Amino acid sequence: MKKDKLVRISLIFLAVSFIFIMLVLPLLLVAKEALAKGFAVYANSLTEGIAVKAMILTLEATVAAVLFNTIFGVASAWLLTKYDFKGKTFLASIIDLPFAISPVVAGLFFIMLFGRMSPLYPFLQAEHIKIVFAIPGIILATIFVTLPFITRELVPVMEAQGRDEEEAAASMGADGFTIFRKITLPNIKWALLYGVTLCTARAMGEFGAVSVVSGHIRGKTNTLPLHIEILYNEYNFTAAFAVASVLVIFAIIILIVRNYIEWRSKKKISAV
Amino acid sequence: MAASKKIIPGFRFSLGITMFYLSLLFIIPMLAFILYSSGMGMDKFISVVTDERILHGYYVSFLCAFVAAAVNGFFGIILSWVLVRYDFPGRKILDGLIDLPFALPTAVAGIALTTLYAETGWLGQIFHELGIKSAFSPLGITIALIFVGIPFVTRNVQPVLRDLQPEAEEAARLFGASEFTIFKKVIFPELLNPLLTGFALAFARGIGEYGSVVFIAGNTPFETEIAPLLIMTKLEQFDYEGAAAVAIVMMLLSFMVLLTINGYQRYRLKKEGIAV
Repeated sequence: MKKDKLVRISLIFLAVSFIFIMLVLPLLLVAKEALAKGFAVYANSLTEGIAVKAMILTLEATVAAVLFNTIFGVASAWLLTKYDFKGKTFLASIIDLPFAISPVVAGLFFIMLFGRMSPLYPFLQAEHIKIVFAIPGIILATIFVTLPFITRELVPVMEAQGRDEEEAAASMGADGFTIFRKITLPNIKWALLYGVTLCTARAMGEFGAVSVVSGHIRGKTNTLPLHIEILYNEYNFTAAFAVASVLVIFAIIILIVRNYIEWRSKKKISAV
Repeated sequence: MAASKKIIPGFRFSLGITMFYLSLLFIIPMLAFILYSSGMGMDKFISVVTDERILHGYYVSFLCAFVAAAVNGFFGIILSWVLVRYDFPGRKILDGLIDLPFALPTAVAGIALTTLYAETGWLGQIFHELGIKSAFSPLGITIALIFVGIPFVTRNVQPVLRDLQPEAEEAARLFGASEFTIFKKVIFPELLNPLLTGFALAFARGIGEYGSVVFIAGNTPFETEIAPLLIMTKLEQFDYEGAAAVAIVMMLLSFMVLLTINGYQRYRLKKEGIAV
């Protein structure tokens, strides 16, 4: 038995040290570097014009990604779980595909579609529509990399829930929206929120895809992660870490919300 | 027949939204990429992807992603075990922290790890005294990819370990098997499938990862250039065909990793099915 205890203590020690070195130390370092030159410099780096503009753009892209992907996520999960049709498995794997594509390559897709080599380019040029190297491109790229998140969270829950209740309601003459609102939504509420937090986290932090389509026009098409890159490459470390600390705070909030949602949805299951 | 299958209303509506959205945001952009790349011609494609600098980029990306996924496989098993089987103060916090790499923007991770492992950094100093270069070396790239991949194995193995039925284990214990033998012969085979899934996801993610790696890599040609960075470099030189060529091979590499592991899992399931 003494040997068991030794194994137990060493495994816990190993696990805790791994997480401490790999995950906690980087967070502590961000805090230390951000405040290295005092609070005034810290506050200043966050309130100067370009940082605020980057914050607003990040917020816009995140809201757009969450909003559109929620609509798509609910519609596609409903489609994949409530009906049988030809090509369903194929459709499900297409929806998963953006996960397997490097964000840098995803950015490249949009360059090829809207950039100078595109057949659409003369038209876009004539209409003065700028998509790549401008804000619409950033939003499109952000939506792309977060596309499967909500669908993936919803499908297993809706699959487990089955179709009986919805079919009963439909046979009694309820229309689609009523069925969704009164029967499906209460059951998938927590899974949906869970997917939304994942989507938010990834959208606000996306770097590779956004980096490709942004064209790095300072103050105009910079999101917070791109702003951090510029500051860091200019050796303005304090400002870079100050901006990074904002994203760290958001990441921690997202983790707390995630754990709360998990706890709530578990409580519900055990209550049933 | 078709009508009886679709009792719930809204089929066309949800199909319409799904197809419209997928086409607009995914299928059309991908087709644009394929169309553009197909105009490049085989000669150009081959000359780009067999360039030594590019080949070295693939090698670095592939090797570092593999090592990082393997390290995460090892610690993922330990973390799942500790989180499921043991109770200790701080277990919940440890569990919550595992997801941090999913929530933390990769650029933030990138600059934090670079500063941490630079010669003067908290951990870089230790490596420096040992005469090992940590930041701006393949080791640094691997560390960044370990960071990014931490949740994959743990989050796949953990639920399987939690739902494992205790009977087989208890039977083995009654027959006097040691705890290590029980783990090796009874528990580990059950965990192999989720372990492989997590490994494959971390591996594929590592091959394409950019944000967390660019800062710590140092980006020296023939030493620490990763494949996604080479795409960026080509783009900055307006060599769009070159960028597309590098991207195609990178995509094929990731798909191959996912397909190989998937195929092996199917093979295992089939073999077990026959054995049972």
